[in-house]
Amino acid sequence: MPVATVWVVAEITESGPSSVTQELLSKARSIATNVAAITWGPDTASHAAALGEYGATKVYDVGDVGETLPGVPVAGAIAALIEGGDTPDALLVPASYDGRDVAGRLSAKLDRPVLTNVVGLSENGGLSSEHTLFGGTVAATAHFTGEGPQIFVVRAKSFTAEPGGGGAAEVVSAPAPAAGATGTATVTARHVEERTGPKLDEAAVIVSGGRGLGSADKYEMIEELARLLHGAAGASRAIVDAGWVPYARQVGQTGKTVKPNLYVACGISGATQHLVGMKGSKNIVAINKDQDAPIFSVADLGIVGNVHDVLPALIEALKNR
Amino acid sequence: MNVVVCVKQIPDPAAPSALDPTTHNLDRTGKLILDDSDAYGVEMGLQLASGEGDEVILVSMAPGGETSGLRTALAMGAARAILISDDSLAGSDALGTAKVLAAAIKRAEPDLVLTATESTDGYTGTIPAQIAELLGLPSITFAKKIAIDGSTVRVERQTEAGYDEVESPLPALVSVTAGVVEPRYPSFKGIMAAKSKPVDVVTVADIGLEAGQVGAAGARQEITDVSKVEARAGGEIVVDDGNGAARIVTFLEELKVI
Ligand SMILES: Cc1cc2nc3c(=O)[nH]c(=O)nc-3n(C[C@H](O)[C@H](O)[C@H](O)COP(=O)(O)OP(=O)(O)OC[C@H]3O[C@@H](n4cnc5c(N)ncnc54)[C@H](O)[C@@H]3O)c2cc1C
Repeated sequence: MPVATVWVVAEITESGPSSVTQELLSKARSIATNVAAITWGPDTASHAAALGEYGATKVYDVGDVGETLPGVPVAGAIAALIEGGDTPDALLVPASYDGRDVAGRLSAKLDRPVLTNVVGLSENGGLSSEHTLFGGTVAATAHFTGEGPQIFVVRAKSFTAEPGGGGAAEVVSAPAPAAGATGTATVTARHVEERTGPKLDEAAVIVSGGRGLGSADKYEMIEELARLLHGAAGASRAIVDAGWVPYARQVGQTGKTVKPNLYVACGISGATQHLVGMKGSKNIVAINKDQDAPIFSVADLGIVGNVHDVLPALIEALKNR
Repeated sequence: MNVVVCVKQIPDPAAPSALDPTTHNLDRTGKLILDDSDAYGVEMGLQLASGEGDEVILVSMAPGGETSGLRTALAMGAARAILISDDSLAGSDALGTAKVLAAAIKRAEPDLVLTATESTDGYTGTIPAQIAELLGLPSITFAKKIAIDGSTVRVERQTEAGYDEVESPLPALVSVTAGVVEPRYPSFKGIMAAKSKPVDVVTVADIGLEAGQVGAAGARQEITDVSKVEARAGGEIVVDDGNGAARIVTFLEELKVI
């Protein structure tokens, strides 16, 4: 059975549909006849054009969920549509904070399984998903064996975002049903960490630092080099857990997957959980004082050296250009 | 206050992992240990449930009556554990696992349920929300700080841009990230005490589920193919003798990054 209808859980940021939303819509367009987006927020209608451009012909508008965490109302709205007889063959959900909440809630509500950490999807009569295991050293293909709708939670950067030139999507109201006790988690304040330069998952150049920097203040070298290369600053989990930098900077299995044109790893050993998040980068430069560090096995250019020598010299050279 | 902490006992992540060639299930034949990601929840639970009559109860699902990981968490200070162990659970998917954990958690009547955001070995990452939905609880995922204020839980929740302050009435489920709190090492006294702490070993039938809902029978998904990913080839290695930075500059020029 070919795939007729795919719904994409669409997250909206201040600049419109998030990049992973664009990626999922682009993919959905290539595997299904009908693509719809499910979205929420105070002004959903204003994104109908952007969602349509990436392939949605319909937008289910959950409406403004206010300060409620979106997982419960969005899953509730989707379940209500499905119980009302409007059922997709598959749902693509971003592997984001709220996306994972939506997928988990929906799975339990509908009693349907989920396939998560999807990095590829193919259509061959049905849908099969690709997953990477054990730090990206093993690839597995999986599929659902029971009744749909099939819920796939997809990692960012798995597909390329390509506008398809579609017109504005038709907006259909899909309000969330009353949730009772489950929907009582509310946001009381939001804190946005300052960021200059491009976003980590959109940057063409990423300079990342790890424990080899020695101390939190040395991360300034990473930020300065990133600035000089018009890139973003990233990090290994070791220094995120140590509190040197916010989690939003973390690259890897439990952080972001990035695929920039250039990734510069400074004082990062190259644990499989880090590699899985960055080895799709086009070009990789690594600086590490240990010539046996696993990061060198993926580097196009590896410098065996001390970050405290190489980075200041590199920054100096770039400043003098 | 009763806090349930869901803990997973996993093969040592430092040892090479493998899938069973026929079932494609994760090989769990070796000794299992407490998932590092769960030590944060255990520590958080112990700090939140430190009053008179408060209790931290562990809930775990593992094959073969495995308790070695549970003993680690009991040694940290948890009061007791519920272990669901049943041959019919082999091959469970995330939803099946959530059903089992939810049914066991219900027996403990907790005020707060803590989980990791995802396990180290399977990392599907949907189980916290699935458990909360099955139990009819509100949930706050990705906590980097938790405080209890009367019958309200206040959480700093990680977001794409920074963090949100989120609150919810109890009972509730909260999933914690690494770094929510620094886990203690079990003391010698704790390790000795853990040996005699109660571990209630129950079957699928004991918690009121049917075998067809869980395990491979209930999973409704299968892995059809497993292959090795071709490794990315390494490139030029230069030992820095003062010219490392210059070599990088040339490389950046070649890429037209500068
Ligand atoms: C379930 C799970 C998920 C994980 N997810 C992630 C993830 O998403 N992202 C991630 O990054 N990690 C993740 N990890 C952690 C990962 O296993 C590693 O522990 C982590 O990546 C190590 O960070 P690091 O390379 O900065 O530190 P280390 O491994 O300590 O490496 C430091 C490196 O710096 C080098 N060095 C030291 N001093 C200098 C110097 N002066 N000059 C040059 N080099 C120097 C050393 O040779 C060493 O190679 C995860 C782990 C688990 C178990």
